[in-house]
Amino acid sequence: MTEPLLQVKGLQAWYGESHVLHGVDLQVHRGETVTLLGRNGAGKTTTLKSIMGVLRKRQGEIRLNGKDLMGLPLHQIAYAGLGFVPEERGIFSGLSVHENLMLPPKVADGGFTLDEIYHLFPNLAERRNSQGTKLSGGEQQMLAIARILRTGANILLLDEPTEGLAPVIVQRIGDVIRALKAKGMTILLVEQNFRFARKVADRFYVMEDGHMIDTFTADELEGRMDSLNETLGL
Amino acid sequence: MATKAASPNVANVTAGHRTSSRTIALMIIGLALILVAPFLIYPVFVMKVLCFALFAAAFNLLLGYVGLLSFGHAAFFGGAAYITAHAIKQWGYPPELAILLGTGFAAVMGVVFGYVAIKRQGIYFAMITMALAQMFYFFCLQAPFTGGEDGIQGVPRGKLFGFIDLSNSLNMYYFVAAVFIIGFLFIWRVVHSPFGSILKAIRENEQRAVSLGYRVNRYKLGAFVISAALAGLAGSVKAIVFQLASLTDVGFQMSGEVVLMTLLGGIGTLMGPVVGAVLVVSLENYLATSSLPVPVVIGSIFVICVLLFRRGIVGEFNAWMDRKRG
Amino acid sequence: MVTVFGISLPALMGQLLIGLINGSFYAMLSLGLAVIFGMLRVINFAHGAQYMLGAFFAWFLLRYAGIGFWPALVLAPLGVALVGVVIEKVLLSRIYNLDHLYGLLLTFGLALVIEGLFRHWYGTSGQPYSIPSTFQGAFNLGFMILPKYRAFVIVASVIVCLTTWLLIEKTKFGAYLRAATENPTLVQAFGVNVPRLLTLTYAIGAGLAGLAGVLAAPVYQVSPLMGQNIVIIVFAVVVIGGMGSIMGAVVTGYVLGLVEGLTKVFYPEASSTVIFVIMVLVLLVRPAGLFGKE
Repeated sequence: MTEPLLQVKGLQAWYGESHVLHGVDLQVHRGETVTLLGRNGAGKTTTLKSIMGVLRKRQGEIRLNGKDLMGLPLHQIAYAGLGFVPEERGIFSGLSVHENLMLPPKVADGGFTLDEIYHLFPNLAERRNSQGTKLSGGEQQMLAIARILRTGANILLLDEPTEGLAPVIVQRIGDVIRALKAKGMTILLVEQNFRFARKVADRFYVMEDGHMIDTFTADELEGRMDSLNETLGL
Repeated sequence: MATKAASPNVANVTAGHRTSSRTIALMIIGLALILVAPFLIYPVFVMKVLCFALFAAAFNLLLGYVGLLSFGHAAFFGGAAYITAHAIKQWGYPPELAILLGTGFAAVMGVVFGYVAIKRQGIYFAMITMALAQMFYFFCLQAPFTGGEDGIQGVPRGKLFGFIDLSNSLNMYYFVAAVFIIGFLFIWRVVHSPFGSILKAIRENEQRAVSLGYRVNRYKLGAFVISAALAGLAGSVKAIVFQLASLTDVGFQMSGEVVLMTLLGGIGTLMGPVVGAVLVVSLENYLATSSLPVPVVIGSIFVICVLLFRRGIVGEFNAWMDRKRG
Repeated sequence: MVTVFGISLPALMGQLLIGLINGSFYAMLSLGLAVIFGMLRVINFAHGAQYMLGAFFAWFLLRYAGIGFWPALVLAPLGVALVGVVIEKVLLSRIYNLDHLYGLLLTFGLALVIEGLFRHWYGTSGQPYSIPSTFQGAFNLGFMILPKYRAFVIVASVIVCLTTWLLIEKTKFGAYLRAATENPTLVQAFGVNVPRLLTLTYAIGAGLAGLAGVLAAPVYQVSPLMGQNIVIIVFAVVVIGGMGSIMGAVVTGYVLGLVEGLTKVFYPEASSTVIFVIMVLVLLVRPAGLFGKE
């Protein structure tokens, strides 16, 4: 196998005094969609935040394209090529939809053009002058994904994109992710919604109590259903 | 919340409940010092220290135990000083009655200011108290009875209860000492009363106190009025000691000074404001004879305290003792 | 002679003009205060000292380098902004994760130091700064005499406030500011250098105060105490307007200046307290302030 795009080794992280990640290893290869599974509190979101550097109290090794991200200040990590869509979506109420979309600086060439984005998300084009937080939950999620596509980031970190959304919207998000995959985007996804995750992911990691306990490909999924049922409580 | 953890309240988490033998011992030593001080040090200086220590302790009741930063406490201190001075000089009141009047005036002003200021929290509370005090300053500047730029000078000290002659400096001293001790013990009582526990609960987590069914604003107002009245008591006594009430007592620099005393000594510690008052008054006495500009030194101490020394002297001492004990 | 409620019209207009001039300074200062607070969550007590610095820098330039009003209008605010950069980098940046009250205490201390030093060096009496030659003289409007420089101050302050508003509402930089006010961590995660944004914001706020100071120099005298008196009034203006809205701060500034002017005509005894009285009334009726959102 070639050198992975994102390489995480022995990642530990703390919230204040409490130690939440105990040596997490994971790899994401170029063009792959990888999903982190696990129960609430297993450390999935923490893993994503630690990789992004939003959570600063962390140790271990994080490499993107061979470049060490650990020592970088937060605003330089994006320039290494990471695009972040937080769990709470982070749409700014003081900015219009268009301003929200244009906010993240371009970090590399090759991002989506504004036309492509508005083509992919026609709702956003219609409501480009509305206040960002006046959008529905689903539209806000689209906006949160859309605004990171412009930047040319080569790996997207998506935290629970389907949380709290109606089934129709979830389907729509699934379409978007498949469209991104078709374009060769690399995606690291945190997802509680297993039925959604199994439709889009190429590979899975399973977390429990701040550890990685298993990893397998989409083809191997059927064979793991019993143990998954147990760990995830499906 | 992370920001709350580093708030001015950090120091008192450790200091609040400790009525240990150490505190008692410190109090006895302090009492002994107060009793012998006039024979060792110039009594007027010690009286000044005691007035400001009471003022700072009253201010700290609000900042240290309710988490409210009043930037306008000079209004109570100086307002009471004016009333007391005027009552003695123009109306011929005996000192005890004039002090009562000054303190009562400060308490009433505390009700009014407090009622307005507690409508907002945090930084706004500080700005509102500052603005209210400034309004009072302009009022004093213009009102005829305050004597404008001159203030009320030459206030006779009079006879306490009709027979203790306060123009005798030892009599005056022990009266001031008694007022300070009573005021200080009263604050100590308040802090350790059920009322004080609720104040601390409000400081730690106001929302939680609300959800527990406490009428938070009433408690805040109560604390504000007690604090204002005690600040007024300190100002009234100060007016008699120095036989003077002036604009300096109501200016915003005075409000800042009492903040500094508390910050330097240790926010939310009982002894902190006293220690801070001793240091700041001594420093000002020293600077009066030097060529260094006082505001520059005071301002620098402010900056240094905020950057490096947020627990204050007593807070650091307590933390050090705790570490030593493990 | 024309009179309004028994006051001669020229006298009334004269006081209104003084009120509007004061209001121009209230507007510019509360604008800077609101911009700094929005981003840094620091109440900048040193704002008055920075206003004073602006006036003194202009005076220094004239006195020691022969540099006149127009270049000073640019150079002095830049100087104050530079002082702001140093203050933010050396002092304020260390206390962002603490309770906001510490920001007030720190800048209060700074104001004492700066104003104390200038008072030590220059005493309390003011230094005169003459009106630029372009604006010597006055317009006769028939119902009143309007000194040219005062007209200029009003126009300049409106331009300054509008420009700042446009900068914040209509530019990319402004979008960063507005977004970082809500969620600085996420904005930084997108690759924006938020620490530098904070420094820049404080510098802009300080520069605005400095600019107001230069404009004030020919109107009032250049005095070490000029900022001390105005800063607490501006605090009241900001409480009345509510700091949520930039426009709110500006409009409140102008209106309160006018109200102050009117009070001088009809009830001069209350002119120094009227703004505080209005603050009390607003707090009783609408605690979040006239334009507040909370």
